[in-house]
Amino acid sequence: MPAVQETIERVRRIDVDQYKYGFVTDIESDKAPKGLSEDIVRFISAKKSEPEWMLAWRLEAYRRWLTMREPTWARVDYPKINYQDYYYYSAPKRKALASLDEVDPEILRTYEKLGVPLREQELLAGVVRPEGERRVAVDAVFDSVSVATTFQAELKKSGVIFMPISEALREHPDLVKKYLGTVVPTSDNFFATLNSAVFSDGSFVYVPPGVRCPMELSTYFRINEKDTGQFERTLIIADKGSYVSYLEGCTAPMRDENQLHAAVVELVALDDAEIKYSTVQNWYPGDANGKGGIYNFVTKRGDCRGDRSKISWTQVETGSAITWKYPSCILRGDNSSGEFYSIAISNGRQQVDSGTKMLHLGKNTSSRIISKGIAAGKSNNTYRGQVMAHRKAKGARNFTNCDSLLIGDKCGAHTVPYIEAKNSSAVFEHEATTSKISDEMLFYCRQRGLSAEEAVALVVNGFVKDVLQQLPMEFAVEAQKLISISLEGSVG
Amino acid sequence: MNAEIRNIKTNAELALAEAYSAGKTRLPGGRNVVALREEAAARFDALGLPHRRVEEWKYTDLRALMREARPIAGAPDAAGIARAKDAGKRIGDMDARRIVFVDGTFVAELSDLADLSPGLTIRSMAQALAACDPLVEAHLGKVVPPEREGVVALNTALMRDGAVVHVAKGATVERPIHLVFATTGQTPASVFTRSLVVIEAGARVMLVESHDASAGHQVNTALELVVGDKAHVDHIKITGGPSDLVHVSSLMASVGAHARFNDFAFNIGGGVVRNQTFVRFDGEGTLAGLRGASLLNGKQHVDSTLVVDHQAPGCQSREVFATVLDGESRGVFQGKIVVRPHAQQTDARMMTRALLLSDEAEADSKPELEIFADDVQCGHGATSGALDEDLKFYLMARGIPETDAEALLVQAFVGEAIEGIEHAGLRDALMEQVVAWLWARGG
Repeated sequence: MPAVQETIERVRRIDVDQYKYGFVTDIESDKAPKGLSEDIVRFISAKKSEPEWMLAWRLEAYRRWLTMREPTWARVDYPKINYQDYYYYSAPKRKALASLDEVDPEILRTYEKLGVPLREQELLAGVVRPEGERRVAVDAVFDSVSVATTFQAELKKSGVIFMPISEALREHPDLVKKYLGTVVPTSDNFFATLNSAVFSDGSFVYVPPGVRCPMELSTYFRINEKDTGQFERTLIIADKGSYVSYLEGCTAPMRDENQLHAAVVELVALDDAEIKYSTVQNWYPGDANGKGGIYNFVTKRGDCRGDRSKISWTQVETGSAITWKYPSCILRGDNSSGEFYSIAISNGRQQVDSGTKMLHLGKNTSSRIISKGIAAGKSNNTYRGQVMAHRKAKGARNFTNCDSLLIGDKCGAHTVPYIEAKNSSAVFEHEATTSKISDEMLFYCRQRGLSAEEAVALVVNGFVKDVLQQLPMEFAVEAQKLISISLEGSVG
Repeated sequence: MNAEIRNIKTNAELALAEAYSAGKTRLPGGRNVVALREEAAARFDALGLPHRRVEEWKYTDLRALMREARPIAGAPDAAGIARAKDAGKRIGDMDARRIVFVDGTFVAELSDLADLSPGLTIRSMAQALAACDPLVEAHLGKVVPPEREGVVALNTALMRDGAVVHVAKGATVERPIHLVFATTGQTPASVFTRSLVVIEAGARVMLVESHDASAGHQVNTALELVVGDKAHVDHIKITGGPSDLVHVSSLMASVGAHARFNDFAFNIGGGVVRNQTFVRFDGEGTLAGLRGASLLNGKQHVDSTLVVDHQAPGCQSREVFATVLDGESRGVFQGKIVVRPHAQQTDARMMTRALLLSDEAEADSKPELEIFADDVQCGHGATSGALDEDLKFYLMARGIPETDAEALLVQAFVGEAIEGIEHAGLRDALMEQVVAWLWARGG
């Protein structure tokens, strides 16, 4: 069990300060004035030299947002957010860049510290590369803008478009216009509408028919500036018969104020296409007393538009003060399938309200939900999910398994599934359990010489194994480390 | 668009508020009860009838399902009482003490109050209210009062009659008590019944409620049940009636330490039926089984909602619900298990199954866990689907006609829940009801 061994060593090495990505990068940045108004929306649109229709789209969303109310149905509790108290646009100051070499070395160092490889050249020169190591193309988003996207040229050879969405709006306006907002409409919900008005960057991926994307695509999000909100928008289109695997990672500095992150991710899978979307979310969770941390209000939705298409969400949620996130699948095409694998860990005073929606519309559609929630410290961890089979969705099939683990007696774990079968051929199975780590298991481990903390890490790793297996290899290792770090200090 | 939500009162809400203000001086009760009614009426005024934006009523939009409120039923006439003679037959030939209410009013001539066993007291709620009965004043409106619940508030404001049952400490009531609620009036009316059952420590009793009504009525019934330490209580509720009947029922039960509590709800009729159950465990080491079976067809809408609140350590609860849906019916199950921070060693399991016999039927389930203690074992399961074709094939291959095979499988399906009833006679009687339902379906 080398992986488990690694986790245990990791736990041993950790010092008091658990969040190691909490540093601040000191660079000059270009900010819009604080607050939100039509002028700010126009400012962002102008900054990105967007076409006229895009500005109109944003303004419509902004006007609609003004009429909407913040949702209150989730089991999260936070002081009222003053939306005028954020910077809606912040970008590192820079000149036009000709190549990666011109990226501010300070930013490159930031990503290096985070363990994200941006130096494509070095990678390509590859002095000592282990045999068969996979390469990952990265789009790095720093506050409101994308600072670097690697391997673009190589991806282009196979026809894959991978670029910041702001660039895509200029270079492939027709493609963006055709799909943007078709999965998450601007009117969808309070946070998605806000995002539609003010989103500044994010990734755009288009995989042409029949192409299997030659490498993993990845975006790394970093909030750096104080009082900023990050509003990224990701749009991934897998054309007929294509395949793409996409990874997403996120971190932020430790700050006493709560920062806002309201992203929208839209996935479109056409006939026979498959999208695998993995997230390791590690935003700053706030300190042990609940001061600071990111408010993570995210709308993620995939549309299995084509027949036999497939969308798979995998998430490891360890960060954020508040998580409000429900990656969903609309199973529109016949024989399409959706998957949701989730590990959500909360410690300290974190609040997680996360889950998924599987909406079965086409015939013979299937979905699978595996959710593992772990609550420790004084946190609250809620799974909230919906499985629905439409009247015409003959032969819909769902299997759901939600397990929660409680560590300590000050935390809460909750399960709120909505199961709606509107025709008799739909077969739904749902099971959920909540328990603690059994004393026998701990005794067994400790009797063999493990410390209490090591024993817990071992059991937890077993508990989440089903989900970890779904992650691409590089992420699985990172996620495993993250899990043990998140639980640091939860026993004894 | 999230437009401003305005509280426009529906005709039904206006009519109910009017019925209260016009009739309140004639409702029974002393000063304390008047205050209780006033407070409840104000609460109903603020909350209104529940609608789909109220999370607990998400699948049962009562405001939309109950457009008009019927006038409040008056005391039954001789013809009405005569019609009620045979009510409550669904329990078969089980020997039970019948206490009969017609159109929401206690009818002594149909009730059996003779030779009450030692420790057992039965009164009518109207009399108890009028007499400022101390038992009623001590408990009424105080047993697990649900928050923000317009339907219970409405019942408290307008309650007129019902049963008050008291079983003294240590007493064992051998003969089951059968509360028969028959609404037989020929013009559609509203009926508000409220009962209180207090079972003292170590006592033992079995209580059956039968609800039947004729066309067009609206029934709002509530029962407050106090189960003392080490008491052993079985409660079975049977609901039937025509397809335009609105039946809303609330059971609020607090259960003491080391008690045994078995609750069963059987639904075999009615248009819109909502059975809501709020159970709170107040003492440790208690075992409770909460079960139910519903058979639906036509355009029936049956909603079973359950909140099981574990406030004390070391209790076990088991919930098993089976729903069979035919026609264009809609079955709703909402079950919530709450485990409070100090309720360690709780063991709670909930299972809900829906069997859809028709493509137009709809089954919605929302089993919830809300856990604040770590040393617990809690789980829930939910399934929905059609009859298993392989099982049917197995039976048909052995010469059993298709309809019989289906009937057998449906019986087995609801049998799992009905098995939970301790009384063998009642179990058989309910199974016969299931068979009759299957026959009526064309099986």
